[in-house]
Amino acid sequence: MGKTLVEKIFESHLIDTPDKGIYVLKLDMVFCHEITTPVAINDLVARGMDRVFDSSKIKAVIDHVTPAKDSKTAEQGKILREWARRHNIKDFFDIGRNGVCHAIFPEKGFVRPGYVIIMGDSHTCTHGAFGAFAAGVGTTDLEVGILKGVCAFKEPKSMHIIIKGNLKPGVFAKDVILSVIGQIGVNGATDRVIEFSGELIEQMSMESRMTLSNMAVEAGATSGVIAPDMTTVEYLWPFIKNEFASKDEACKNYARWRSDPDAHFDEVIEHDVSALEPLATFGYKPDQIKPVREMEGTKIDQVYIGSCTNGRIEDLRIAAQVLKGKRISDSVRGIVSPATPEVYKKALEEGIIQIFMDAGFCVTNPTCGACLGMSNGVLAPGEVCAATTNRNFNGRMGKGGMVHLVSPATAAASAIAGYVTNSELFKG
Amino acid sequence: MKNFKGKVLFLDRSDINTDEIIPAKYLTELSKEALKPYLLEDLKLEGFNPKTDIAGKSIIVTRANFGCGSSREHAPWALEVNGINAVIAPSFARIFRQNMFNCGMMAIELPEKIINHLFEKYNTGDAEIEVDLAHHAIIISSGRNVENIPFELTAFDRALVEAGGWVEYANAKY
Repeated sequence: MGKTLVEKIFESHLIDTPDKGIYVLKLDMVFCHEITTPVAINDLVARGMDRVFDSSKIKAVIDHVTPAKDSKTAEQGKILREWARRHNIKDFFDIGRNGVCHAIFPEKGFVRPGYVIIMGDSHTCTHGAFGAFAAGVGTTDLEVGILKGVCAFKEPKSMHIIIKGNLKPGVFAKDVILSVIGQIGVNGATDRVIEFSGELIEQMSMESRMTLSNMAVEAGATSGVIAPDMTTVEYLWPFIKNEFASKDEACKNYARWRSDPDAHFDEVIEHDVSALEPLATFGYKPDQIKPVREMEGTKIDQVYIGSCTNGRIEDLRIAAQVLKGKRISDSVRGIVSPATPEVYKKALEEGIIQIFMDAGFCVTNPTCGACLGMSNGVLAPGEVCAATTNRNFNGRMGKGGMVHLVSPATAAASAIAGYVTNSELFKG
Repeated sequence: MKNFKGKVLFLDRSDINTDEIIPAKYLTELSKEALKPYLLEDLKLEGFNPKTDIAGKSIIVTRANFGCGSSREHAPWALEVNGINAVIAPSFARIFRQNMFNCGMMAIELPEKIINHLFEKYNTGDAEIEVDLAHHAIIISSGRNVENIPFELTAFDRALVEAGGWVEYANAKY
């Protein structure tokens, strides 16, 4: 019988099975940020084990609160910065060069098909979009990853989600993943790895694929993977062109990280998106979704465009398309955080930043900031935000605040209207 | 090994996420102890008051998918510094569950039917649970009611609890 993409990755990285169904894997990359890593660093120092398994396989960024907002966040940045220096971690991204981890690490070419990657961040599943097994872990797993280059995983079950049909204009990857989470629920994929496939996925850009994989964890999934193809190769080409004679050769090589046609999946779900409308969440869980049409008129105080879900150039382009020549409502605070300096630069070159500013948006530096209510756009109690982020948990963006998760197009249209509404791009 | 015995805190809601267990604004704290006053501060649960309901409790019994959302290990830490070293539920989010055992704490899964039974019979305010690690069972008691309920625990998870966590285990082995 054939094997799934994830089975192949597990097999090729296995170094120990300490128990039935427990796999200790060799890590290709350990990604770090300033919120979950400093505690691991302090613990390693306290244990007299301040070492790293391989400084070239550790990448670090300050992204959650940057620039530091107070002494405590300054201290977190300092611990990460000094650690990166003393261990000669060359790929450390500090203020001015930093961006949201799950946007900047792929952009720098650190993710490859077939890799095993961990990070102390639940949205690490994003990198599955490249045909890698990437999983979020806690600080202790991160600590052992830094020290030993290994991580233990329970054997995940496999869930194949085949996306059927094409999207209507104005409907995006964000709407697709919200509809998937709505169908299977917030724990529908717990201890499972989702593999997304289908013609629509094949046509999607890497940016859209990352949006899909990014929110796999909101259904409980360990990771959300997508088979590598020519789109993956095109994205990675600047970083791999010395490894392969041609893009075709790279594509052929990466094909070993595709699920076999006769691979067995524990669960197969067909998900038809041909009738899908733009969606928004209405409650405090990402599976509580409704068509935007049914939310029409819900008053909002803030619109936030950014995050590891929807802060990439494609997202900003879509929002700018809606915002061009318009002004946002006087009752709305518009905030956009381009996810990386590269995204910011491209947006400047393409006139997108101008469009945002003319519309009345505040453009912040790249940061996770408002998404988790740490800085740059925290809500007051009773306030409502339409956000392109990934979590609408109670208090997520500030105590007593309410978040409606939407696509960049819906967010932009809602900013103009002052309430949740469909964009003109949607021709339902 | 940590203490796995004491009064029970019943949290009658599914999908309690780690933002509710410990809000992100406290993730700037570098010591576990600093998290203590903020445990479950943002929990959306009618009748629950974190200021009065947590003190003196050592074990949580709750509903499905506990610990979903963010990977923050601050969630187990916030429990630990409040003297809560075990959570019992029908299911857990993967990262939270792993974080618990990685810290030498326990995330014990019991069938939904049994959890329903625990809520019905023991959610009276004075229930106590003792985890019997040697026999893979919990002993729950309230007044004259006492029950011994077995649970499944892999040898690996048990080794983590006995070793005191994953760092100790991995450092000795890899």
